[in-house]
Amino acid sequence: MISGTYTKESASHIIDKIFTNEKASHLYRQLLWLRQSEETLARLYKEQEMRTPTHFGTGQEAVAVGVCEALECEDVVYSHHRCHNHYLAKGGDLFKLVAELYGRIDGCSAGRGGSVHLTAREKGFVISSAILAQTIPVATGSALAFKMDDKPNIAVCFFGEATCEEGAFYESMNYASTYKLPVLFVCENNLYSTESPLNTRQPEDTELCERARAFKISSEKVDGNDVYAVYQAASLAVARIRAGKGPFFLECMTYRWREHVGPCFDHEVNRTYRSKEELESWMEKCPVKKAASYLLRNEMVTKDELSQWNFEIEERVQKAVTLAKQSGWPKALELFENVW
Amino acid sequence: MRVLKYWQALSEGLVQAMEQDPDIFVTGISVDYSSGVFGSTVEACKRFGKKRIFDAPSMENALTGIAIGAAAVGKRPVVFHPRNDFMFLAFDQMINLAAKWKYMYGGNAGELPIVFRAIVGKGWGQGATHSQSLHAVLAHFPGLKVVLPASPKDAKGLTLSALQSNSPVVILEHRSLYNIEGEVSEEPIAVPIGKAEIVRSGSDVTIVAASLMVHEAKIAAIELEKEGIDVELIDIRSLRPLDEETILASIKKTGRLIVVDTSWEMCGLTSEIAALAAEKAFYSLKAPVKRIALANCPAPVSLSLENVFYPKPSTIAKATLALLNKSSDRIGNIDPEDTFKGPY
Repeated sequence: MISGTYTKESASHIIDKIFTNEKASHLYRQLLWLRQSEETLARLYKEQEMRTPTHFGTGQEAVAVGVCEALECEDVVYSHHRCHNHYLAKGGDLFKLVAELYGRIDGCSAGRGGSVHLTAREKGFVISSAILAQTIPVATGSALAFKMDDKPNIAVCFFGEATCEEGAFYESMNYASTYKLPVLFVCENNLYSTESPLNTRQPEDTELCERARAFKISSEKVDGNDVYAVYQAASLAVARIRAGKGPFFLECMTYRWREHVGPCFDHEVNRTYRSKEELESWMEKCPVKKAASYLLRNEMVTKDELSQWNFEIEERVQKAVTLAKQSGWPKALELFENVW
Repeated sequence: MRVLKYWQALSEGLVQAMEQDPDIFVTGISVDYSSGVFGSTVEACKRFGKKRIFDAPSMENALTGIAIGAAAVGKRPVVFHPRNDFMFLAFDQMINLAAKWKYMYGGNAGELPIVFRAIVGKGWGQGATHSQSLHAVLAHFPGLKVVLPASPKDAKGLTLSALQSNSPVVILEHRSLYNIEGEVSEEPIAVPIGKAEIVRSGSDVTIVAASLMVHEAKIAAIELEKEGIDVELIDIRSLRPLDEETILASIKKTGRLIVVDTSWEMCGLTSEIAALAAEKAFYSLKAPVKRIALANCPAPVSLSLENVFYPKPSTIAKATLALLNKSSDRIGNIDPEDTFKGPY
C-alpha cells in the first residue's frame, strides 16, 4: 500500500516496483483479459442477442489496466459509456458483465442497466453511466466523503476527452481543487467524440493538461497505449493524492478501434470520418502487442508462456460467456423492484 | 402544545436528525451564512460546525453529483437550493442518476440517501425565474420522492422522514410559509411520506391542495362555511408518492373536487389529481372537476400583473360557489394582505 508522505525516494521505489517480472507479467495478462473479453463480446454482439447499445473499448485497454493496477481494493472507480475495460480492470466479474449484456438476472445490474450502467460495488467499481461528465462530480463526491471521514481511499473517474467540453467537468475540477480532494481524473483522449474529430470541438493546439493546471491541479500526459507508462504515471499520481496533495489530472492518449457504438470497424460500414489507414497506424501501436514486446525484449517471458496465457484467458472468457447465456430472465413481476 | 414557526420547525427537524445520524451533512449556497437559510440552519451550524454544514460554489449540477458520490460511499447529504428554480441546472444528476440509481443498477450499487431542500418563491416582483415550484416536473420521474410541507408540524416531521429515507427526497419549502406558526411536538416524530392529511373534514366539496395553497384554501373554507358549504380540505403533503386512497375516499364522500396548486395546470399536480378522479372516482362525481392554478404565463413582476397571476382564497371560494351553482356576490375581500418584502 502506498501511503504517507510523498517524496522522491518513495516515487523511485514505486517506479522500481513496476519492472518486477511478476507485476509486468500481471499487467500484460490483465490487458489480454480485457482484450479477449471485449473482442469475444464484439463477435457475439453481431448475433443480435445482446439488446443493449454497446461501446466497445478495444484499443484502449492500457488506460484501464495501468490505472486500476495502481489502486487498492478500497479505492473507488467511476466510468462512462465505454466502460467494460474499467469494470474488468477493477475486478468486475466477466460472467456478470456478459449476463448484463444478455439482459439476464445474473447481470451485474440484474438486467436493468445494460452495457453502459455497470456496477461491481464489492470490487470498488461503483458505477458507470451513459451521460457525458455525469460521473466526474460523483467521483469527486466520494472523494469528499473519504476526506470528511479521514479515510485513506481515493476516488478515480475515467472519461473521454469530449467530457472536457462539458460544464460539470469544470465545476468538479474547481471544487476538487478548492477542497484538495483525493480524486484522480483520468482522461482517455481517443481523438473522437462519436464521429466528431478534435478540430470541431477544441481550439487548435489544445493541451487539456493546461486546463487542469488553470485550476491548480497537477497533471500529466502519457502514452495511453503503453500500460507500463500509464501504470507508472498513475502510481505517482495516486501516491501524490494519498499524501494529501489534492486531485490529479492524467491524460492518456489512445485510440478507439471500433465504431462509436456497435461491434464493427468504421470502414466496414462505409463511414468516412476517419480512414482505414489511420486505424491501421494505431493498430500498430496496439497496447497488447506493445506490452508483449516489452516483456520479450526484457526476457521476462518466453513466447511459449505468452501463448499459454492466451489459451488460458480464452478458456476463462468462453466459460463466462457459456454460463451467462444459461442465466435466467428477470421475471415480469419483478418489474417494479428497486424503484426506491 | 408548543408553537413554532415553520423555519424553527425545519431547524429542529434538521438538528434532531443530525444528532441521530452522524453521516448527515448539509451543503449548498449560503447554508452556513449567519442568516442561516432564513434561520433554518442557524442552530445546526452552532451545534455541528463547518465540518457538517458548509457553503458551496454556484455549481448546482456538479454539487448534486458530489452529494450522490458521497451518499454512494455512506454519507447522507442534504443539498440546499436557496431558490428551487436553480435546480433545473441539477436535473441531469437528479433525474438521470439519483432517481434511477437503485433501479438502474438492479439494487447492486446500493441505495442513495440524499435530501434536496429547495425554497419556492412568490411575489414582490421576484419574477419568472424566482417564483416557480418544480414539484410537478420532479414528480414525473419514478425514483424521486417529492414532498411539500405546508405546516410547521410537517416541516419538522417530513424533514425527519426525508433524513431517514434511503432514497432521494426533494423537500420544497414555500418561502411564504416560513413565518407561519403552528403546534409542533418537541419529540423527533417523523411524518410518513406518502400519507395525505385531512386538514378539515367536510361533506359538500373536496378541495385538494399542497404547500401554500393549503392555507389559501383554509381561508376560503372558513368563508364558505358562512355560506353553508362544508369543505373537506386535503393537504397531499407529497406529490410522489401520492396518497390516492385518501383523495378518492373524500371524492366518494363529497362528489365534488377542486384541486389547487402553486404551479401551472398543464401536466401538473392539478391535472394528475383530476385524472385520478376521472379514472377512479368518475361515478361518484356530481360535477366536473375544477382546477385552480397559476395563470398560464410566466410569473410577471409588476404588482398589477402579480395581482391577477396568483390564485387567492377568494379565487378558491368563488370557484367553489360556482361549482355548486351558487352566487358569490357575498364573498368580500377575504384575501390576506401580502406583507412579504424579503429577504429572498
